[in-house]
Amino acid sequence: MSVKSLRQTVQGLLPSLVPVRFVAEDGTPVARRPADYAEPQVEALVEAWRQMVLGRRFDTQATALTKQGRLAVYPSSRGQEACQIGAVLALRPDDWLFPTYRDSVALVTRGIEPVEVLTLLRGDWHCGYDPAATRVAPQCTPLATQVLHATGMAESLRRTGGDGVAMALVGDGATSEGDFHEALNFAAVFRAPVVFFVQNNKYAISVPLARQTAAPALAYKGIGHGVRSEQVDGNDLVAVLAVLTSAVEHARAGHGPVLVEAHTYRMDAHTNADDATRYREDGEVEQWRAADPVDRLETYLRGRGVLTDEFVAAVREEAEARAAELRAGMNTESVADPLELFDHVYAEPTPQLREQRALLAAELAEDAASPVLHTQES
Amino acid sequence: MAKVTMAQALNTALRDALREDERVLVFGEDVGRLGGVFRITDGLTRDFGEQRCFDTPLAEAGIVGLAVGMAMGGFRPVVEMQFDAFAYPAFEQIASHVAKLRNRTRGRLTLPMVIRIPYAGGIGGVEHHCDSSEAYYAHTPGLKVVTPATPEDAYWLLRDAVADPDPVVFLEPKKLYWSKEDTDLGLRAAQPFGRAAIRREGRDATVVAYGPSVPVALAAAEAAAVEGIELEVVDLRTLVPFDDETVTASVRRTGRCLVVQEAQGFAGVGAEIAARVQERCFHSLAAPVLRVAGFDIPYPPPKLEHAHLPGVERILDAVDRLQLDDEPDTRHLLKGAVA
Repeated sequence: MSVKSLRQTVQGLLPSLVPVRFVAEDGTPVARRPADYAEPQVEALVEAWRQMVLGRRFDTQATALTKQGRLAVYPSSRGQEACQIGAVLALRPDDWLFPTYRDSVALVTRGIEPVEVLTLLRGDWHCGYDPAATRVAPQCTPLATQVLHATGMAESLRRTGGDGVAMALVGDGATSEGDFHEALNFAAVFRAPVVFFVQNNKYAISVPLARQTAAPALAYKGIGHGVRSEQVDGNDLVAVLAVLTSAVEHARAGHGPVLVEAHTYRMDAHTNADDATRYREDGEVEQWRAADPVDRLETYLRGRGVLTDEFVAAVREEAEARAAELRAGMNTESVADPLELFDHVYAEPTPQLREQRALLAAELAEDAASPVLHTQES
Repeated sequence: MAKVTMAQALNTALRDALREDERVLVFGEDVGRLGGVFRITDGLTRDFGEQRCFDTPLAEAGIVGLAVGMAMGGFRPVVEMQFDAFAYPAFEQIASHVAKLRNRTRGRLTLPMVIRIPYAGGIGGVEHHCDSSEAYYAHTPGLKVVTPATPEDAYWLLRDAVADPDPVVFLEPKKLYWSKEDTDLGLRAAQPFGRAAIRREGRDATVVAYGPSVPVALAAAEAAAVEGIELEVVDLRTLVPFDDETVTASVRRTGRCLVVQEAQGFAGVGAEIAARVQERCFHSLAAPVLRVAGFDIPYPPPKLEHAHLPGVERILDAVDRLQLDDEPDTRHLLKGAVA
């Protein structure tokens, strides 16, 4: 390979020196527009803003439900709406999404019923929705493990002759895991049509980015694996959607995987069970509040004269109605049959599982027959 | 009928599976042009093409994780971990995803895939090449765990594993790769998947064994017969599902039980078997259920592995402790009747 073509190859893999941005924090267009990316159509941006408002409201409602004991736990993505919505809007319905536990807003945006999305966090044992029908893998808790599944799915899509793409969502902490690197490496070697989307929200529970990596940006983790990479302002929906759309097109066209890092911020604690004041200053959170992705897009779209007060009011009303619907849905007690715990371990229960199921059934029947004792126990 | 080695039987099973089902894929480290370090995938890339049998980067979690995604995408991957101890980087994928995806999705996503692992010792391998890792997998709900002891079984158990709707950890006893058997692989297996086989009938005691320990148990039974002791040898074939029925029926007939495993004994599969037999056959037992196992030490170097592995002598010593001359005192069984 000549030095010239080698330089081209390397530069083709490296991310922009600074994150791609279309809209400044104050909602005005940046002076120098990114040359490599086309700005999404204004209709798409209006729809994205609507989804961001709905997603934000879902998120705050879910956090509120933890306080009422309706959810066992909820990892909020408040502040990351540009990433959550941008990721889903960049995909086709027949593409696959591999989310983490923090990506509930993305799932709601994908069209999955909010009550189904929250099934696991509500205390059930399964993911709630149908991954095959929605083409959304179950939300993944062990970090970065699902990035390999996305790569395998992408490889399946490539081999079966369609032009489907898989997208894996991960956080900054997960980029330290071996599975993340193995997935990038495998994807590059097989030229699998997969997009790795890192939402760098600056904290892995309490551990700040500086303890996670010494790289200039997480996007630089791509080049070592031969993966084309980019970094983007993760609170600028216009930029996120533009960059992810381009990444998805690149993968879909058969040019191989893309790594995209979005610089964003987790406004809430890791989960409702976490206390973020132990490891970060209020001032830092306030700074990021000024960079709020939903407000930024609203200001931008109003500046372009495409958001009317009526539309804004209607969207906020829709968000409230959906939140009320979610509250109502979560207030009905979900019925989990203990005996079903044995039903999906294998295609057919083993003889031992059948015995254990009968044992539990007998215990439950005994409980039901002595309701007084049952009440005392509970 | 022809002499077939276990390695050939496994190779034939992969060939037949690749031929019969285009969703079947074989991949892993060195399985392509080389044909695997044990040559189990010999010629598969040549005969079925790079699309069906291919090398991957050297990363076990990556191999298994890729297989999970490909199984979700409709393929039936058969992946090779090069050696027992080299499969540990993939353990998180196996325990947290391979074993659980069906359950996590309430049966909506399933993973028909096979993880082949050459395991156990007896070949003079250096460290990290001889682990008996079956207990880790057998302890993980959602996995089926298989280990053949004969070439014919190797063929059919692998065919059944590939066709199974659930993920299967397929443990290949490497010291038996070159063992031979007169067999016609085209004939249907005598025992279905999930059932144990009685390899030798005997009235005095039941020896439960699996994988690499089966030939050792059979040799011990041969030696014991010379002394007039008839040992029944049960080959488990599948550790999960576990065939309680065959094992308990045999022990109820013989009244005595010995469990043989190569793995270190503490918290091993043999301990589980001993407990199950004791729980189910208590009134039929004339002696405590004994375990014959490897010692609770890291697998020893080639020069010393003979001292670690349960051999015929260790099994016969245990047979001596089965109190064969002692008639069981059954008076407690008659208590109710006497009163």
